[in-house]
Amino acid sequence: MDFFVESLPIYLNGAWYTLLITVGGCALAFVISMVVGVVGTLRNVLARVVALAYVEVFRGVAALVLMFWLFYALPLLTGYRLEPVLAAILALGLNVGAYGAENVRGAINAVPRGQYEAGIALNFEPVQRMRLVILPQAWAQMLPTFGNLIIELMKGSAVVSLIAVSDLTFVAQQMRTFSGQTLLAFLGALVMYFVIAQVFQFLMRLAERRANRRLGRDLDKPLFRRAASATGGTSKGGEP
Amino acid sequence: MDWGFVGAAVPDLLSGLRYTLLATALGYVLALVLGLAVVIVRRGAPRVVATPVFWVMEFIRSTPLLVQLFFVFYVLPSAGVSLSPLTAGIIALGVHYAAYTAEVYRSGLDGVPTGQWEAARALSLPGGRTWGAVVLPQAVRRVIPALGNYLIAMFKDTPLLFAITVPELLFEANRLGGENFKYLETISAVGVLFIAVSVLSAAGIRLLERRYAAV
Amino acid sequence: MPQSDDNNSAEVPKAREAEEQPLVRFENVVKRYGDNVVLDELDFNVLPGQRVTLIGPSGSGKTTILRLLMTLEQVDDGVIWVDGDPLSHMYRNGALVRASQKHQRGVRKKIGMVFQQLNLFPNMTVRRNITEAPVHTLGMSRDEADERAAELLEMVGLADRIDEHPTRLSGGQQQRVAIARALAMRPEILLLDEVTSALDPELVAGVLDVLREIARTTDITMLAVTHEMGFAKDVSHRVLMFDRGQIVEDGPPERIFSEPREERTKSFLHAVLEAG
Repeated sequence: MDFFVESLPIYLNGAWYTLLITVGGCALAFVISMVVGVVGTLRNVLARVVALAYVEVFRGVAALVLMFWLFYALPLLTGYRLEPVLAAILALGLNVGAYGAENVRGAINAVPRGQYEAGIALNFEPVQRMRLVILPQAWAQMLPTFGNLIIELMKGSAVVSLIAVSDLTFVAQQMRTFSGQTLLAFLGALVMYFVIAQVFQFLMRLAERRANRRLGRDLDKPLFRRAASATGGTSKGGEP
Repeated sequence: MDWGFVGAAVPDLLSGLRYTLLATALGYVLALVLGLAVVIVRRGAPRVVATPVFWVMEFIRSTPLLVQLFFVFYVLPSAGVSLSPLTAGIIALGVHYAAYTAEVYRSGLDGVPTGQWEAARALSLPGGRTWGAVVLPQAVRRVIPALGNYLIAMFKDTPLLFAITVPELLFEANRLGGENFKYLETISAVGVLFIAVSVLSAAGIRLLERRYAAV
Repeated sequence: MPQSDDNNSAEVPKAREAEEQPLVRFENVVKRYGDNVVLDELDFNVLPGQRVTLIGPSGSGKTTILRLLMTLEQVDDGVIWVDGDPLSHMYRNGALVRASQKHQRGVRKKIGMVFQQLNLFPNMTVRRNITEAPVHTLGMSRDEADERAAELLEMVGLADRIDEHPTRLSGGQQQRVAIARALAMRPEILLLDEVTSALDPELVAGVLDVLREIARTTDITMLAVTHEMGFAKDVSHRVLMFDRGQIVEDGPPERIFSEPREERTKSFLHAVLEAG
């Protein structure tokens, strides 16, 4: 017990970095998801090819490899060294953004054809159609997978410890070395990751509930899960 | 870019690739088997067992694989179990992904219509036959594409083993890059290789999806 | 060639002035899906204010005509004209070329459509379903659009449901909102694509009553695909019988329904009336 009381401030400091990188990575991933996802639904073939290429490339490289490339290889190309935190946010955002783009594309394509046609019949311009009709409906469908991706990104952020950012994982490694309490050192970090993940999942369920209500659907999932009825939030983001 | 250096690095990178593939293959087999065990426990065992199993799986799914790797690599030896880095890596990969394959199995089983169970009962098939001849063949068809996706995902996660000194691809690339200060060539080569494998395997999954129904 | 009553219009009261410019004109229109020819060099005109019912067996191309007019599909050959302007095509350097999306948007302003599958926007209340398009595409002010929405809902008998969510309404009510939504754009041409086919039988009458009222009180041009022969008889000036992508028979409803000339029309009407 003493171990946790004494080292709590250090862990909290590590959790702060983990959160910072998670939120930054999510913001970048979200923007990429939306832009690349929408571009992937356009009729223009060139636009679709560009979106597909983005998805294939950045889904293909693991965030860790991408981060190493940005951190170690890119400076040799540009002569400019990225901050480790920035390299981590970029790598995670670019990687998870590729999965998110597939999610957005799939959700847009899942909006019933009749909704597009009603949009044409009311003479909306394509941008208005997307903004006013299609995206608000696709949103509810995107959210569960976005929730999974947030958790994936949060977990993925542990790789920043390998370029010496003092996140939760880095703190755990340090505690292992200094205190010799191997089990406790890692358990502390794991529990904090777990708590952060549960908070994110709760928030995402709130958002899903709101989105479904806006579409006049009441098929709400319970906000608090019990083992017996657990559904959702269980697939690795982006992997169907 | 020094392409000559990339060429010279190929044998070392290939040796790294061997570890990558070995860890993926063995980790995947472990994940398939463990996931099945988990789903059987969750379906069959009394609630006092099934509920903790659910939360353990939830815990595994919501914490980083990297920390789990460290946990297996550093904590188990301190409990007297000595592991090679590769073994520790395979165990961590297998356990982590078992939490996901269990979900795939579960949704595959849930996807078998209740009418099928009822029909089996109407024919008074014994339990073993119901599972072996009716339920599993249908469930397996549904889960194949999803399981394929997790194989790819696991392959992309193997660079993490670098952190516990398994001499896999990224480890070799990083070592060669550090010794010769040629990170650009070596890490780019690893990246390109991963993209190539990913693109090819994604095409393979699409083939599987066409042949079998997705979950 | 289709057996036609003398320039499509001899018996049609609205269209006595032969020089009157057609509001809709199909000129040798061909539409194929793969090898399947849905419309085969189709020619016909609709005059302003005419209410036309399209009947015929399924797959005869009726719905395709409406979808082409709404630009949900594109012609493979031939030209569609709306109020003297090409819809499927546009002029470039004096020649007709395929229409751009922008050109089609300009022409299809005059057209509104109500769908079989309702297609209300579930992410908007009834009010916004009706006001969003006038505000964003016609530049109408919110207040004006709201006022118009209230009037239209009054007309379709749903004034009290204006802030309701579409999913809370019955299918028939949703379809009446969809009619109001189409009319809010002040179209000159209203396309009705089997608007009662997806509804429970007891909800059909309410929707048809609304359409009868619109027919009685406005001079909007209507093209309706329907299986409701009673409605067709009451409301339309003209009935077009389709089969295999061509017009088989064309005339006023009184004549087509009581003394059809073509064998195919007879057997179709027989089958429909038998079933109904």
